[in-house]
Parts: sequence; C-alpha cells; structure tokens
Amino acid sequence: MDSKRLLKDRLAGRVMFVLTVLSGLLVFVMAIGLYQRSRPILAIKSLRELLFSTSWHPLKGEFGFLPFIMGSLWVTGVAVVIAIPLCLLTSVYLSEYASRYVREWTKPLIDLLAGIPSVIYGVWGVLVVVPLIKDHIAPLFGTFSSGYSILAGGIVLAIMVFPIIIHVSSEVFRSVPYELREASLSLGATKWQTVKYVVLRKAMPGVIAAVVLGLSRAFGETMAVLMVAGNVAKVPSSVLDPAYPLPALIANNYGEMLSVPLYDSALLLASLILLAVVLFFNVIARVVLIRVERSIQ
Amino acid sequence: MEFKTHISVRNLNVFYGDQQALKDITIDIPDKGIIVIIGPSGCGKTTLLKSFNRLIDSTDGVRVSGEVLVDGENIFDPKVEVTRIRKKMGLLSQNPYPLPMSIYDNVAYGPRIHGQKNKKELGRIVEHYLRESGLWEEVKDRLRSPASRLSVGQQQRLCLARGLAVEPEIILADEPTSALDPKSSRHIEESFLRLKERYTTIVVTHILRQAKRLADYVIFLYLGELIEHGPAEEIFENPREEMTREYMKGIIS
Repeated sequence: MDSKRLLKDRLAGRVMFVLTVLSGLLVFVMAIGLYQRSRPILAIKSLRELLFSTSWHPLKGEFGFLPFIMGSLWVTGVAVVIAIPLCLLTSVYLSEYASRYVREWTKPLIDLLAGIPSVIYGVWGVLVVVPLIKDHIAPLFGTFSSGYSILAGGIVLAIMVFPIIIHVSSEVFRSVPYELREASLSLGATKWQTVKYVVLRKAMPGVIAAVVLGLSRAFGETMAVLMVAGNVAKVPSSVLDPAYPLPALIANNYGEMLSVPLYDSALLLASLILLAVVLFFNVIARVVLIRVERSIQ
Repeated sequence: MEFKTHISVRNLNVFYGDQQALKDITIDIPDKGIIVIIGPSGCGKTTLLKSFNRLIDSTDGVRVSGEVLVDGENIFDPKVEVTRIRKKMGLLSQNPYPLPMSIYDNVAYGPRIHGQKNKKELGRIVEHYLRESGLWEEVKDRLRSPASRLSVGQQQRLCLARGLAVEPEIILADEPTSALDPKSSRHIEESFLRLKERYTTIVVTHILRQAKRLADYVIFLYLGELIEHGPAEEIFENPREEMTREYMKGIIS
C-alpha cells in the first residue's frame, strides 16, 4: 500500500517534469518547423533581399518583407508611445494616491479589458477610431486619410495592452517597501516628489518588464490590428498612412493563393521573422533589465 | 523638575478600523534631550511616534482625534501643510531604508527637494552631516557608490545623516537599533548622546537597558494607554505605578 503511494508520488513528479520540459521546448520546435518550411524561399533569395526589399509581388515571385516589418514596427511603436504615459500615470495613481475603495473598484474593471476578445476591439476600432481619424484627426493636419491607418492600429493596440502594463506595474509599485516612501515623506517630500524620485526609480526594472510584456503582446496581436490598419503593402511614411503588419499578412493570406510558387514558404518565413523579432525584443529587454537593476541598487 | 515643552499631546486617540491603538494620550514632551518611549510590543509606541510627523495619515482606515501641538501649532489641523511639519523631524526606522541612489544623493535628497541647488553648498551639507552621524571617514572615498552597498549599520547612520540634513528640530527613532549588530548599535546610541544637546530626540525601544543608557525622560505605554511618564531617574528608580514596576522587573513584556 505504502509503496504504491510513493510510486504515485514519484510518477506524478516525473510526468510534470516531462510536461514542463516539453512546453519549454515548444518554442524551439516551432522555430525549427518554421525554418524547415521557409527553406525553399531562402534557397533562392538572400535573406537580405527578403528583409530589405520593398517590392511585394508574389505573382512575379518578388517577396520583399520590408513594408510588413515597418508596418509592425510603426503600429507597435505608436501603441507603446500612447500606452506608456497613460499606463504609468494610472498605475501610479492606483498604487500611491487612490483610496482603497477606488482601487478595489477600478482594478477589476481594468483587468476586465484583458479578457475582451480582440475581434471586439477590432470592431470597436472600425466603428469609432477609424471614423474619428478620417473625419477629425486627419483634417486637423490638412491631409486625407481613410482612417484605416497606423494611428488607428496604434490606438486600438494601446488600449489592448493597458491592462497588462497597468496590472504588472501596479504590482511592481506595490512591491516597493512602504518604509522607503516613509523615508522620503519624513524628509518633507511631497507625494509627487516621492513617486518621482524614489518609487519610480526603485520600480524601474519592473516597469520596463511591464512595458516589454505589453510590447510583445502588441507586436504579435493580429485580429484587431488587421481590422483597422488598412493592410496596404507599402512602407508607410506617416502615422496616418495605412500599414500591413506581419501578423495581418500571415493571417490574411495563409491558406489562400498557395498555388503561387513559394508563397507558402514566404509566409512561413514571415512567421519565423515575427517569432524572431519577439524573441529579440525579450532578450534586449532582459539585458536592459539586468543593467538597470545593477545601476539603481 | 521644570521642562520647556516641545511637543504636547492633547487627548490623542488613534483608531485603526475598529481597533483603538492609542487611548486618550495627554503628555508634554520636553525640549531637547532624549525621550524614550518604552512598553511591550504592540502597545502603540510606533503609532505615537508616527503621529508626531503624521506618517500615520497614509495608513488605510486610520482615524485620529485630539491634538498634537509642535511648538504650539496643532499639526492635525487640516489647514496645516504637512511637508513643513515633517521637515521639522528626522525619522529613523527599524530597518534602514536608504533611498535607491548614491550615498551622496541620499544625504543631498532632503536639501534638494527643499530647493537647494548650489553644488558647493550641497557638498558642504553632505560632508557636515556625514561627519555628524560618524560615517564620513568610512565613506568619503566612495560617495558616488550606491547606498545599498553599505553594511546595515552604516546604512542606519546614513539614514541619520539624511534626516539631519533637512535641519530638523526633532529626531524620531523607531527601534533604530533592532536590526543592527552590537557595535553598530553603539555607534547609533553614541550619535544620539552627542546630538541630544541640540535636538529633541524621541526613541522608541523595547530594550530596557538601552532605555536606561539613553533616556533623560521616559514614557511608558501599555496597550495604548499612557501609564506613566517622567524624568528617567524617577521612572527607573522609583516608579509610581505598579504596572511600570512589573514591566521593569520583566513580569509583563
């Protein structure tokens, strides 16, 4: 009886270990799979040409990814620029200023944003953000825009990453010891001075981690962006231009037109690039994190 | 014995939610010298200390009634600007919490937030107060390195220097040696003794021997009530209350 009990214990441990290792390896398996499938196009074209050519004409056999890469970078960049200040101020307010009552009511509401399906953000973007840009924002700058643009994608994405960044950075602020604030306050610092010079400084590594989490989510987000960004395969030159981010390219085209030679391989290469860029972001962020952590000790 | 009063507490009640942490405290705290608040843990010593610089304000669900007069001004008056009150008092907490910056910037933090921009003057202030807290010789060659690299004992002296740098009249110390080794504790105690001519120093402690080494004036709290207070020799040699006597003997703790 007893040996059975122990056997089960050991077995459970092993099974969970294997599962953990497998899920950890999954990203490598995916990367290898994508690489295998994108080899046909890499055999004919140089990676350099694929990455930096702006010409996207699958029927003519031209697969330049630059418009899509730039599209992704622009949309993500706009989203981050909008999201960072708003999220930081919100989480500073929630963790430092708000009464417990306000905090308890607001936090679940913000977290709720994370649970909304991205297609709903997309629809909302089409109904509200796109017309807003077309009718009000673009005329403000004296240009025409259909509204389906980088700005629209950026705004929708920013709202989608709010809950992640706010949630994580509030946690980070909460982890700053209360006595540290007391130390600053007891010297006669105002709350704002304390936040600015002490809390934000102490929390910086965590805040960067929060932003990176939001960033990787934004970079890979497909549905909502696809619906509002316009999907024109051209390198954008302003935020009011349409863009065609990588995930949208893959989602829109994979499964169709695969009779075109090398098309399938090109799209899987695009997936590989997407994966690589997200991993790259993460690595850079970790390096920054370690540096920042060391310097503020 | 006659004292000049520095802080006077009038009918102070503090509640955390339904719990009453301080019950109708009324006391005059003398000017200058070391005032020690003793009593078992959880008896409201820290609450009393933190009501002096209104740090209890930021605790959720706290209610305060009564008055605390510092230099005759009621600091719980809603019209009072709290940062000015806090600037009058330097705080030393149980564990040293150096700010996440260099040794130099820690001491310069206070003067800077109050508008001191002159580099030369800041340098002078930093050196002066690091000497005052007895840390200068140990850190003068590495002022720019992070304060977190100092030992805990050095950090506590740094915190003292940081507090003194805003030129307070009062030093509030909440069990300032409880995280320190004996040698560092002695350093801190020596600093207090050295500074007591110029500052009103209020020390919370539950170490009776420390209280005896430091105190000029003693306040004994028990379960949120003020049991007894008076000049150190009176309280230690000849306490009036049974409860104080029992505490001194170690019967209640």
